[in-house]
Amino acid sequence: MNAYRGNGFLKTVDWALVVTYLLLVLIGWVNIYASIHSSEPASVFDFSCRSGKQFVWIVSALGIAGVILFIINPRAWESMSVLFYAATILLLVAVIFFGVEVKGSRSWFEFGPVRFQPAEISKISTSLLLATVMSQIGYRLNNPRNFIATALIILLPMLIIIAQSETGSALVYVGFVFMLYREGLSGWLLFMIGMAILLFILTLTVSPFASMLVLAGVVTLCSALESGKLKRWSLAVLPVITFLAFLPSIIKWASGMMEEPGGFIGRLRPMYFFAAAAVTGVLFYAYRAYRERSLFKLGAIASFIAGILFVMSVDFLFHDVLQDHQRKRIEVLLGLKDDPSGVGYNVNQSMIAIGSGGLAGKGFLHGTQTTYGFVPEQSTDFIFCTIGEEWGFIGAASVILLYVFLIWRILRDAEKSREAFTRIYGYCVACCIFMHLFINIGMTMGLVPVIGIPLPLLSYGGSSLWTFTAMIFIFIALVSNEKRYL
Amino acid sequence: MTLNRKNKILAGLATAALILIGRLFVIQIVDDSYKIDASNNSMVYSTIYPTRGIIYDRNGKILVGNKVAYDILVTPKEVSKFDTLALGKALGVTPEFIRDKMAEYYRNRRKIGYQSVVMLKQLPPETYMRFAELAYKFPGFRGQPRSIRQYPYNAGGNLLGYVSEVNSRYIESHHGEYKAGDYAGMTGIEATCEKYLKGEKGYKIYLRDSRNRIESSYRDGEMDKEAIPGKDIVATIDAELQHYGQELMQNKVGSLVAIEPSTGEILALISSPGIDVDVLADIGSHYNSILSDPLKPMFNRAVQASYPPGSVFKLVNALIGLQEGVLTPQTEYPCHMGYRYGNRKMACHDHRSPIDMEESIMMSCNAYYCYVLRSVLENPEYGSVPLALAKWDEYAASFGFGHKLGSDFPSELGGDIPTPELYDRMYGEGRWKATNIISLSIGQGEIGCTPLHLANLCAIMANRGFYYTPHIIKSSGDVKIDPKYTERRYTMVDTSYFPAVVEGMYRAVNGGFNSGATATVAAVEGLDICGKTGTAQNPHGDDNSVFICFAPKDNPEIAVAAYIEHGSFGARWAAPIASLLTEKYLTGGIKDSRKPLEKRMMEGVLLDKVNDK
Repeated sequence: MNAYRGNGFLKTVDWALVVTYLLLVLIGWVNIYASIHSSEPASVFDFSCRSGKQFVWIVSALGIAGVILFIINPRAWESMSVLFYAATILLLVAVIFFGVEVKGSRSWFEFGPVRFQPAEISKISTSLLLATVMSQIGYRLNNPRNFIATALIILLPMLIIIAQSETGSALVYVGFVFMLYREGLSGWLLFMIGMAILLFILTLTVSPFASMLVLAGVVTLCSALESGKLKRWSLAVLPVITFLAFLPSIIKWASGMMEEPGGFIGRLRPMYFFAAAAVTGVLFYAYRAYRERSLFKLGAIASFIAGILFVMSVDFLFHDVLQDHQRKRIEVLLGLKDDPSGVGYNVNQSMIAIGSGGLAGKGFLHGTQTTYGFVPEQSTDFIFCTIGEEWGFIGAASVILLYVFLIWRILRDAEKSREAFTRIYGYCVACCIFMHLFINIGMTMGLVPVIGIPLPLLSYGGSSLWTFTAMIFIFIALVSNEKRYL
Repeated sequence: MTLNRKNKILAGLATAALILIGRLFVIQIVDDSYKIDASNNSMVYSTIYPTRGIIYDRNGKILVGNKVAYDILVTPKEVSKFDTLALGKALGVTPEFIRDKMAEYYRNRRKIGYQSVVMLKQLPPETYMRFAELAYKFPGFRGQPRSIRQYPYNAGGNLLGYVSEVNSRYIESHHGEYKAGDYAGMTGIEATCEKYLKGEKGYKIYLRDSRNRIESSYRDGEMDKEAIPGKDIVATIDAELQHYGQELMQNKVGSLVAIEPSTGEILALISSPGIDVDVLADIGSHYNSILSDPLKPMFNRAVQASYPPGSVFKLVNALIGLQEGVLTPQTEYPCHMGYRYGNRKMACHDHRSPIDMEESIMMSCNAYYCYVLRSVLENPEYGSVPLALAKWDEYAASFGFGHKLGSDFPSELGGDIPTPELYDRMYGEGRWKATNIISLSIGQGEIGCTPLHLANLCAIMANRGFYYTPHIIKSSGDVKIDPKYTERRYTMVDTSYFPAVVEGMYRAVNGGFNSGATATVAAVEGLDICGKTGTAQNPHGDDNSVFICFAPKDNPEIAVAAYIEHGSFGARWAAPIASLLTEKYLTGGIKDSRKPLEKRMMEGVLLDKVNDK
């Protein structure tokens, strides 16, 4: 099988990926320099500054890339993945006990001047193990045993990282659902995750009542679409839901009309009506499901009940599971609360920095917001501000497109590959980059709560740069190897 | 292109990219409100500090209020050449001070950038006015008002605690809540009620033009935030009583604690020597001298010092004996100047013999309690002395001893009651008997408690068998105290045994001269004070003088514990001081016949007896 096909090494490497990678790293380095630049300029190679240090990181990252491309046999990744995964899990647990505390979470090891975060490596090892397990002959995602094994591989590091109070890094693992979807995961699961997020936001911003109404509407609509009874749905269910939606204001109005306060109408709660409607609806659907032997309807009922429970427990989730600072960030994002200790300050400053860039930007080193220290963490998590301010819409959009190209190219190579291992691993890499990209840039523009994860390849910091370098070059090596020998 | 999963994912990727780029388009091109244009404009944040909540006493008098002071801020980047001499004169500092500061800012210019730094803190309004008139001459310098603490009463220094600027450790341990330059309560009520008192900071955002002049309010103040003042707190303290107690305790080392038995509210809590409120207002400049004071004025003895309770503890032993059935009020024991066991003797003073239980409290007989403790510990029901001691420990704990009472006071001390394991370690397992630990009978030995514990014991006696956890904050407005402060806590001794012991306390004070009563000096006609003296050994010198009392006997309104280090007999210092405090609280004044006693107590100096080396 491993017949040499005569393709030279240089011919088989996907140079487009390598060039994109180099471009992004370079853009990062230049902007780190710009972000720490003040009225007294230092050299870009000044090793006491972050730009100088980043240069060291970049050089060492290129060294890592070289080792991965030229020295390590790409076949080894598959065989080593179990060991590698186990070792990372050990490190993840160990860091809770032996790590240093940075900003309230224990997730860093410190060796003299060098710090590194096992959570970063675990992205690689989880991807590798997923690719190994899922590419086994006979593996089927829809087989419950296989599915549970896959879920465990993803959830284990995720939970440990949450235990380190690094919920932001854990969120990246959610991205693996896209890979699972590609590999045959039911689209319904993806849909349900989306619904859960929607319900969470609705419950907190509008009311649990509104959230439950939307849930009822969506579940019945899906069921109607499935059985092709859209017309009947819009005649029977839609009016009821519309009526219920206006019920709170109707009750308010009616009790305002009454003479004595606290009368019969004043004591009515919209929830009672909803409960009555819901019980009737569920019973009706259950009867129909029984009559039609429709698994779909049963599933719909189950998800409706689960959804109601979810909405009711959101309050608990929000107030008891999330940590204070995370809750505050979500509250600020959803506009529930003004920011007492300046959580919104960062986002506001970051949006001003980006917004002030305009179409063409203020020019390299001419940003005012970023260079005068208004934006916090501007060389790490908020590096995108510097790009937005100094390079404007043209520059910032180009950077986003560059990432899109990178992800697209990885997906393309993954799809072209004849080996399941390479394909799955490629999807994992793409998912990780995508999650980082969307969360980080979304955060600087106020689309996503402030979650401290870096922008891949651009943000200052060795841990993250090394990880993404290794991730991407392992993939490049796999693809190249396949072209040469298969 | 087919709609397979790969393409669906690509479509998703494209959508996400469109969302990001669309948002980018909106904030960079469409929406003008995020634009601070290329002429180098930027924003200035001006913090609005909230006023701190006021602390009232139980009668609505202000214990801690606020007054305005000014910080002088400098934005080094905006400073042009100026007359150092004139500025120094206006601000009341030397020109060198200003030059040094400016040099320091120049050294740190990279770090400071366009930010403002605080040069001087808490200038009084008069000084600030002088500066404000001339401020136009000094671009880059401005004043920022903030409120600082003011103390109308000289009452409760230690209790109130102080407010000071947060340091980096404090900021780190309260992550996210504080920034450099913020103030926070560090001790006492200021610390416990920090979350109510602090309020919320606000800010105003201004735009600065290219010549660094503040031009306008950013987005018409839409993003500004008002400061929210801190919530007011009502303390259970009686300011007058606290002040009077401090006067009584001046020049003595020890504590005086008064509790309202029917609620557990602390009426006065004095630790002497304490901190004057004048010092509190300006804690920064006194901090080092306070720390180096050998008498440790910061140390709140009332809740943090562990003392032997002395004979006051006989009350507890009597009650345990009664509950265990090894003692009745009629039980009589002999005492001939002490109690002999083996070849040793616990000494006692001269009084008539034999005596019953009430008389034993009235005269504070040591021998009587040796008999009582022995019969408790050697009670055959428990089989062995260690098991009986374990039971005794449970009783003592139910009176609040040996653990933190759970008051709302920070850094309360739990005190000690000896466990059987402790003696096993000291003597070896099975190698100790009741006689080895006989000093527990008179509240000596391996037992330690705070004056707050003693005041709580007194409240238990006043209530005939229960207490409320002592506390210093009352519910008011938005401030709700923990429901645990309104729960009755019963001791393990049945309430029916208390009246006889209380009767003993009554006779100790009101027995009349020559009756052998130990605390007749505390008697005030018409007030029905009940009390118990104690004289606790102090290894560093003279005995400590201890006294607890409550009054009136029926429906008591106040329970007091006085603990005076090196005050010798309980009746010498502690009993007069506690009774004066009681009298003052119940009648609002001191009877003429007791004025000389009051004068003697206030003028008494015991500091030279202290030898804590």
